[in-house]
Amino acid sequence: MAALATHRLLIDVPGRADGRPLDLRLAPGERWGVLGPNGAGKTTLLHTLAGLRPPRSGEVHLEGRALSGWRRRALARRLGVVFQERHDDFPATVRETALIGRHPFLSPWQQEGPEDHARAEAALSRLDLSHLAERELATLSGGERQRVSLATVLTQAPAVWLADEPTNHLDLHHQVAVMGLLAEQAEGGGAVMMCLHDLNLAARWCSHLLLLYPDGEACWGPAEAMLAPAALERLYDQALTRVEVDGAPVFVPRC
Amino acid sequence: MSGARAVLDRLGRRPAPLAWLALAALLSLALSLALGSVAIAPGELAAVLTGEGEALHRTLVLELRLPRSLAAFGTGALLALAGALMQVLLRNPLADPYVLGLSGGASVAALAAMLAGLGAALVGGAAFAGALVSTLIVFGLAHGTGSWTPTRLLLTGVVMAAGWGAVITFLLAVSPVERLPGMLYWLMGDLAYAGTPWPVLTVAVLALVVVLPLGRTLNVLARGGLQAAALGVAVRPLEWTLYLLASLLTAVAVTTAGSIGFVGLMVPHMLRLRLGNDQRRVLPASLLAGGILLTLADTLARTLIAPQQLPVGVITALLGVPSFLYLLYRSR
Repeated sequence: MAALATHRLLIDVPGRADGRPLDLRLAPGERWGVLGPNGAGKTTLLHTLAGLRPPRSGEVHLEGRALSGWRRRALARRLGVVFQERHDDFPATVRETALIGRHPFLSPWQQEGPEDHARAEAALSRLDLSHLAERELATLSGGERQRVSLATVLTQAPAVWLADEPTNHLDLHHQVAVMGLLAEQAEGGGAVMMCLHDLNLAARWCSHLLLLYPDGEACWGPAEAMLAPAALERLYDQALTRVEVDGAPVFVPRC
Repeated sequence: MSGARAVLDRLGRRPAPLAWLALAALLSLALSLALGSVAIAPGELAAVLTGEGEALHRTLVLELRLPRSLAAFGTGALLALAGALMQVLLRNPLADPYVLGLSGGASVAALAAMLAGLGAALVGGAAFAGALVSTLIVFGLAHGTGSWTPTRLLLTGVVMAAGWGAVITFLLAVSPVERLPGMLYWLMGDLAYAGTPWPVLTVAVLALVVVLPLGRTLNVLARGGLQAAALGVAVRPLEWTLYLLASLLTAVAVTTAGSIGFVGLMVPHMLRLRLGNDQRRVLPASLLAGGILLTLADTLARTLIAPQQLPVGVITALLGVPSFLYLLYRSR
């Protein structure tokens, strides 16, 4: 059974024609990349898949059950979202922020216990954040803040990861480390879908790709089939050169 | 100021800031019972509270000062808690029930009742109704035909507050001169007519019972509505609960003591600078610190230029503004 599936799903991008309905099936172990130019609806799709905004039509199913049939708390135990935007209006430390990933697992009167703290510490350590655990979010760099968001979802430990540009602001080393982390989640039986702007990261790390066009058109399938230069050039309206490095395709924009 | 800072340092770093606040709350209440036109020594105060002491002192402390002190404490507690809830609801550390026009609505209704020559009980009832009507208008209009966002709610509230302000000025302008002092005292907060303290104290305890189990959920909501929803929070019902609860707390406080600004804004913010933003600590701490602040302010209000009394809202602002600015300046 697919971890996450859509049935004739149309995302609701205001002022846009319906385009092609999405019939996606994310199986455990798969790493899906969502590619598309700015404004194509990548974030809207991710939020719709997470049940955070209603679709224009169609349905999203988690473990075979429509999202509308899930209670938010039960949903949050299985599905985690790495947001692109975040609201740090109030002071909070890195450790506290990782620990909120345990929220769906705790009852109202329950305090975080040793196991919750252990999960948060492990997540911080996995993302090279242990030395920053006591720091205020406001004092972090963009890349460090991005890793804290990933640490929160790693603490949440969902079976389905929806990550909106998980490599945003990250240096090269941490880009690779985070893609490795997401691959590891998939190997452990998770299903991962991530919006990406870097074609080469997508080509290197994704098993499947979904191309979202600005007019609502879409195509999807196994990564090797989707990495056709012609389709990608049309997607970004940008001429590309494809080369092979270490057996993986690399795309370079042509001026 | 260094003494105050040392006290606050301890509040922030010791494991039990709430225990310190509870102790300070008892001390502030004792102080407010001892001070006044007749000062009462600590030993005599203890005797009075245990059912002994002079008859005159007993009357003074138990029948005159105690109800007023408890009403002051309860009102401050409600206002600070309402402010803390509004700040999380609007994801804006500078929001409070007054910014949102709740006190404006209450004030307009109360002043209109005074202008009509109604008695104190009806003025209180009018204030309560005014606060709730203002709540419904702001929430209804902020929802509008589109989406409901903290920014929209804040803007709607600010504009409504400005409108209420104009109506208040109009009412003052057309009121007969002999009614103006009472109206002005009401507008600046006055505990002289508070009456029985039980409504505010009961509501404060009930509110604490409602919000304490919500503490961790509010921590998550403070990270934004989408993030909270993704972590399993039913955001919309929670936001309605917060808004209605904060409005109710404000309405009860305003009904008891008139319009006292600043407590709801300042107390949670000061605590947050020292304690961080874990709502499980900030909410009960706000309740205690708000009570302490208003108890002390009311004690000053009735002793500074005795036998004359000052409006308590003047004291809260005069105490609050410098300490707030100092804490803000000290914070990184």
